[in-house]
Amino acid sequence: MDNGLDISKLSGFHLDVLKEIGNIGAGNAATALAKMLDKKIDMKVPQIKVINLSEVSEVLGGAETEVVGILVGVQGDINGIMMFILDHNSARMLVNILMGNPLKAELEYDEMTRSALKEIGNILAGSYLSALSNMTNLTIMPSVPDLAIDMAGAILSVPAIEFGKTSDCVLYIENEFIDGLDSVIGDLFLIPDEASYSTLLRALGVM
Amino acid sequence: MIELIKVGMADFKAARHPAVLTTLGLGSCVGVAIYDSRSKIVGLAHIMLPSSSIASGNINRAKFADTAIVDLYEEMLSLGADGRNLVAKLAGGAQMFTFAGSSETMKIGLRNYEASRAVLSGLNIPIISEDVGGNYGRTIELSSEDGRLMVKTIGFGIKYI
Repeated sequence: MDNGLDISKLSGFHLDVLKEIGNIGAGNAATALAKMLDKKIDMKVPQIKVINLSEVSEVLGGAETEVVGILVGVQGDINGIMMFILDHNSARMLVNILMGNPLKAELEYDEMTRSALKEIGNILAGSYLSALSNMTNLTIMPSVPDLAIDMAGAILSVPAIEFGKTSDCVLYIENEFIDGLDSVIGDLFLIPDEASYSTLLRALGVM
Repeated sequence: MIELIKVGMADFKAARHPAVLTTLGLGSCVGVAIYDSRSKIVGLAHIMLPSSSIASGNINRAKFADTAIVDLYEEMLSLGADGRNLVAKLAGGAQMFTFAGSSETMKIGLRNYEASRAVLSGLNIPIISEDVGGNYGRTIELSSEDGRLMVKTIGFGIKYI
């Protein structure tokens, strides 16, 4: 049997399930962010996006735009990778809030900033995965995060290649967190490996 | 005005002189640039995965090293390139992230690079220069004028190979 998942062939129902995961995960993540930043954080309904491989480099303002990618390995009953991508502005706001700097202070990607971003990634990934774990009763754990700050195309090549093994499309969830007038936009890629996709959908009762 | 032709992820293009082929933000993918110095016909592929053997059914041949490079080669010949004049340059194949207990997933850049080398060698196309590996992204531009390949990065400037 071919367990490969061609995302372009996912039904509306599957997309709804993934959207729901996105919603609950993002809700959890917003709560975690609010706690970490000690601020009220609202969120918009996450948007599920399915795009062709050829369009991947055009998201996030173009392939050469500098973005922050935080990669977390997923282990346990399901295996795979999870990635958060933040544009420079969003990264700057989160780090400045976390460090107690003025919001518009310039961001230098020094060791301190890098650890702060990793910690943000840790918290976001952890809250997403624990929401998913509660929904499915599966054991799902994040690994220690790794960080890259580089061209969007180069960072996106990592999830794109994972999707590319079984599909010509990439699926991601766009999250928007709002703190007063400022908003932080982050894209989330959750990519279970081939075997884990069926485990996940089965645990959610949709397969 | 020289035409600037964009090659997307999992895509390849060939063109007659004058043309500049470009692909933006290569990470673990590999850019395979092929050039015929006499006819000045150029070709560029943006490879995502080493081998089409993992895929079943209808596949997107432009995604895999083994199929994309062969298809690009044939398209260049059909445009009038001479197989004996072809030379290749490689860029990309970075490892963007590392984990403790790094899995195969993270080494895909290296595998893409090795597969591209093997396919080119099978076609008797010598690789005359390369800028591969590392942990950073690259944008490349191949000029039909002289087969020069520009490699642009965020942290390490621009170089020509």
